[in-house]
Amino acid sequence: MSEKMFICSDEAVALGAKLARPQVIAAYPITPQTIVVERLSDYVEDGSLKATYLHVESEHSAITASLGAASVGARTFTATSSQGLLYMTEGLYYASGARFPIVMMDANRSLALPWNIYGDQRDSLSQLASGWIQLYAEDAQEALDLTIQAYKVAEDPEVMLPVMVCLDGFVLTHTYEVVEIPEQDKVDAFIPYQNYANKMDLDNPTSNCITAGPDYNLEFHYQQHIATLKAGEKLIAADKEYGELFGRTYGGLVETYRTDDADAVIVTLGSVAGTTRCVVDALRAEGKKVGLLRIRCMRPFPEKEIIAALQHVKAVGVLEKDIDHGCEGVVFTNVNSALMRGTTKPATFNFIAGLGGRSILKGDIAQCFDKLLRQAAGEPQSPTVEFVKLGC
Amino acid sequence: MIEVRWHGRGGQGAFTAARLLGQAVAIHEHKYVQAFPSFGPERRGAPVLAFTRIDDKKITDRSEVETCDYVVVLDDTLYGDNVTKGLKDGGILVINTTQDAAAFPKKGDYTVITIDATALALDILGRPITNVPMLAALVAAAGTVNSDSVLKAIDDQLAPRIREKNKALFTAAYDKVKGEL
Repeated sequence: MSEKMFICSDEAVALGAKLARPQVIAAYPITPQTIVVERLSDYVEDGSLKATYLHVESEHSAITASLGAASVGARTFTATSSQGLLYMTEGLYYASGARFPIVMMDANRSLALPWNIYGDQRDSLSQLASGWIQLYAEDAQEALDLTIQAYKVAEDPEVMLPVMVCLDGFVLTHTYEVVEIPEQDKVDAFIPYQNYANKMDLDNPTSNCITAGPDYNLEFHYQQHIATLKAGEKLIAADKEYGELFGRTYGGLVETYRTDDADAVIVTLGSVAGTTRCVVDALRAEGKKVGLLRIRCMRPFPEKEIIAALQHVKAVGVLEKDIDHGCEGVVFTNVNSALMRGTTKPATFNFIAGLGGRSILKGDIAQCFDKLLRQAAGEPQSPTVEFVKLGC
Repeated sequence: MIEVRWHGRGGQGAFTAARLLGQAVAIHEHKYVQAFPSFGPERRGAPVLAFTRIDDKKITDRSEVETCDYVVVLDDTLYGDNVTKGLKDGGILVINTTQDAAAFPKKGDYTVITIDATALALDILGRPITNVPMLAALVAAAGTVNSDSVLKAIDDQLAPRIREKNKALFTAAYDKVKGEL
């Protein structure tokens, strides 16, 4: 029987990681991820998780130790946030390029400067090009479920790529809610240990000196690109199989909510999608045709799903906790790029909100919808990129 | 949905109270709950907030609590406009104080419940930790949560060495408020 617990998302991730039975955990604590590594360290100490726990001295060491472990075929887990993720950056590219299926949790937190420990998504979104599969949870249950599913996708022989499971700092990491804990034997059956084809093996020595000059470099990246796209199909399959085993599915790479006849849709990711869903229901009750599209997977980017769901919508707003200075929010760039390939393109707007933990209230989201609905009604709106509740 | 805001000072256990209430109704009454602290750095003695949201259906709202049904104040030196802000008509304000309810003039159509939880805590725990008696006062005044659920939550969540004393403290505070209603 599965058990229900009242825990925070950090604890949910730690329990998900424990159920996945990583053989090596290398991590360095950072707010708001700290509870994850504290719990995992406790599990290893009390013997309930048989793993080697490496208390490394930095995030750069956390990722390089993970690389070392994965290179000899060990299932690995690590977790970080914000500046820690940036400090790992060099290793992130090594992990994806070497095709090591490391699973990492990122507690989404703002980047310095200005120094700030609160949540936004600038840390993980700055690493979209690092070659990692990038998944975003909306609540504690999904954070646990994604941590387990991440291994299924990462270790698939057709994928063999690292996976980053992202969840909003504080809003998720420090909020307690009811989480159903899957049974260990079922998790074991869902993600049996894999024999990594690229592992270093004393019995079958090969050169893993991963260097590729101009002759082969393009081909390496082409293959990595194809494997990353493949990971999308594998995540959809993993979500379906997980649903059959544990009774919970999330709809694949995106989740759509009341979008079918919508005039205006907000696209977002992470926990703010939950608040947006409340606003959609309230506006629908007033007869306004609005909907939500939640991106669960930023890499691979769900281009087909976004086109299918949004190309006939009149106005689309991308609400994101990110800014690519001098350009726009990076999620907006990605969504626009996908929509350019549809048969018709909606009017699109970018709402930059929640930076450095700034509160996003239901009324703020309702105002975003109001702008989109006015555009949909034929009243041209500006600016295209709007900083919500700007105080200067 | 029922929304509760807890006011305390860092170290008084306001968030533990928010979580105990959450554990009680989530695990023992099978409701949907969120419990969360005010986000950010933690400093002993600094004013802190904690929140509990309770509903019969899944709670997807992740925005900050703007209005509340119940407000609980662990330390009456924190009393001010920010304590009564957003408190709904028909709501309940529970304050740990040696003063009468009359010392906290109403700014809306809500009920004020006062209890000297510090004296009770000193008597039973030997320490001025008032989160459990203030939770008891809320449960007694609100009548929407079964006190047995909270006693079970104390068993689930508090360390064995402080469990029984806190259960005794819970019952003492609960009975006191019930007796005065």
